[in-house]
Amino acid sequence: MSDLHLSRNTIHFAESLPLQSGAILNNYNLVIETYGKLNSDKSNAILICHALNASHHVAGPDPENPSDIGWWDNMIGPGKPIDTDRFFVIGVNNLGSCFGSTGPMSVNPETGKPYGADFPVVTVEDWVNTQARLADKLGIRRFAAVMGGSLGGMQAMAWAIQFPKRLGHCIVIASTPKLSAQNIAFNEVARNAILSDPDFHGGNYYAHGVVPKSGLRLARMVGHITYLSDDDMAEKFGRELQRPAGAPDEYRFSFDVEFEVESYLRYQGDKFSSYFDANTYLLITRALDYFDPARRHGGSLSRALAEVKAQFLIISFSTDWRFPPNRSREIVEALLSNKREVSYAEIDAPHGHDAFLLDDARYHNLVRAYFKKIAEVLP
Amino acid sequence: MMRADFAAIANWVAPQSQVLDLGCGDGSFLAFLQTQKPVHAYGVEIDDQRVLACVQKGLNVIQQDLEGGLALFEDKSFDTVVLSQTVQTIHQTEKILSEIVRVGKECVISFPNFGHWSHRLAVAMGHMPVSKSLPYAWFDTPNVRVLTIADFEGLAHRLGLDIVDRVVLHEGRPITWAANLLGSLAIYRIRGT
Repeated sequence: MSDLHLSRNTIHFAESLPLQSGAILNNYNLVIETYGKLNSDKSNAILICHALNASHHVAGPDPENPSDIGWWDNMIGPGKPIDTDRFFVIGVNNLGSCFGSTGPMSVNPETGKPYGADFPVVTVEDWVNTQARLADKLGIRRFAAVMGGSLGGMQAMAWAIQFPKRLGHCIVIASTPKLSAQNIAFNEVARNAILSDPDFHGGNYYAHGVVPKSGLRLARMVGHITYLSDDDMAEKFGRELQRPAGAPDEYRFSFDVEFEVESYLRYQGDKFSSYFDANTYLLITRALDYFDPARRHGGSLSRALAEVKAQFLIISFSTDWRFPPNRSREIVEALLSNKREVSYAEIDAPHGHDAFLLDDARYHNLVRAYFKKIAEVLP
Repeated sequence: MMRADFAAIANWVAPQSQVLDLGCGDGSFLAFLQTQKPVHAYGVEIDDQRVLACVQKGLNVIQQDLEGGLALFEDKSFDTVVLSQTVQTIHQTEKILSEIVRVGKECVISFPNFGHWSHRLAVAMGHMPVSKSLPYAWFDTPNVRVLTIADFEGLAHRLGLDIVDRVVLHEGRPITWAANLLGSLAIYRIRGT
């Protein structure tokens, strides 16, 4: 098998960026990772947009920490559904994130201190604008495809709306045209956990040498519940008690960890809160809340998608209750009403929202077949 | 392999038209149609492997169960809706017929004719028919509605569907006389009224 050709770069943007909120960011950095080789006419580039907690590190082992494998490594690489022997794949860490691109943890050049609470609220549309500038820097006029799952799918959709001529295909997986009240409610609980942590200090916790770890941990625990399906949790944990080998399988009548599922959630919360930034969590959940391309068109998604030119592949998962199949069908319906090119698949998978990150032959075969057709028309 | 009804159905599709093929299978008909004339088409299919086959052919395909109706599609948004050898696999016959004439300006329906003499003979001899047009044994057939040409026309009349044209075939050849007895495959061109 051939090489992944992983390359990581920090790209500096000196030109100021007007944000949807009206705020302006004077300059910023984006960290990117690329895989494969850009062909001579720069027509084989694929942009991968990340979801809430991911980063530019999409595939392969992290160059600095080889045990850290990219978050979509099962999808992207030599011989994989998105074959890096054919395509030049770009992973970009979004503005406001905490993995090297400019965000709340970065030093604000105007104050010499971390931005913290002063970092402006960014939207999906803002991210897409920064990604387009990135494409300009790399000399890529048009992506063969822009692809993402969940929040990443929203970015792919926004690409098709904002820069209709700059992408051939738009692949939207386990996503939604807008959050429901229930989705926003879960985000609000997560944000409240952070905001009410005494170590949050109004977002300027860096100056106090602390992090709102317990808030972030709770936020992740709530979020994580929404990524799994009821069936998946039943399968993984059921009502199993967390007991050392040989210990009696009896209730302890206490509030310590009793059930396996509690132990799992605490572990996930601890792990997440040790590497993720709380301000970034606030920013990204807000970007999710605000995304609603139909809003500027009187609530009509059909009108919001009227000018798109990309061909769409939309995929949902049957047990995803965070962004269930019906939400993907809304996108399909709006594309059909505009007679755009669209294929839609609903994968019957037990793993809930997380299914988009997992191995599933039907899902991966479909993506593989779709990208094979894209590759056929490359020079 | 090209199915006998493909050419007849393709004849009724105008170039440059919008086509919706319900129960499109592996996309063979749409792939064939696009070799015949330029059309803009979508297929609808429920089966994972067939959806994959459509994507491999580069076709637009929407995965959904036709029993659920056609809520994704707007009124009169297609010039031709094709329901090719699929109506006999759908439980909610009246619903799908009313849906296709809602969505399509014109619809083409084909189905195997249970009234063909060989099928009648099989039943007379005490067995459910297994033939080229009804190739399944009774216990593993995907067909949930068995119908004859006379039955279909009766239902079309009752639902107020306008039969614009009809072709009946047996082994690829048109049948013009005693169609319900000699034809094994019926193809109708219908409109809502």
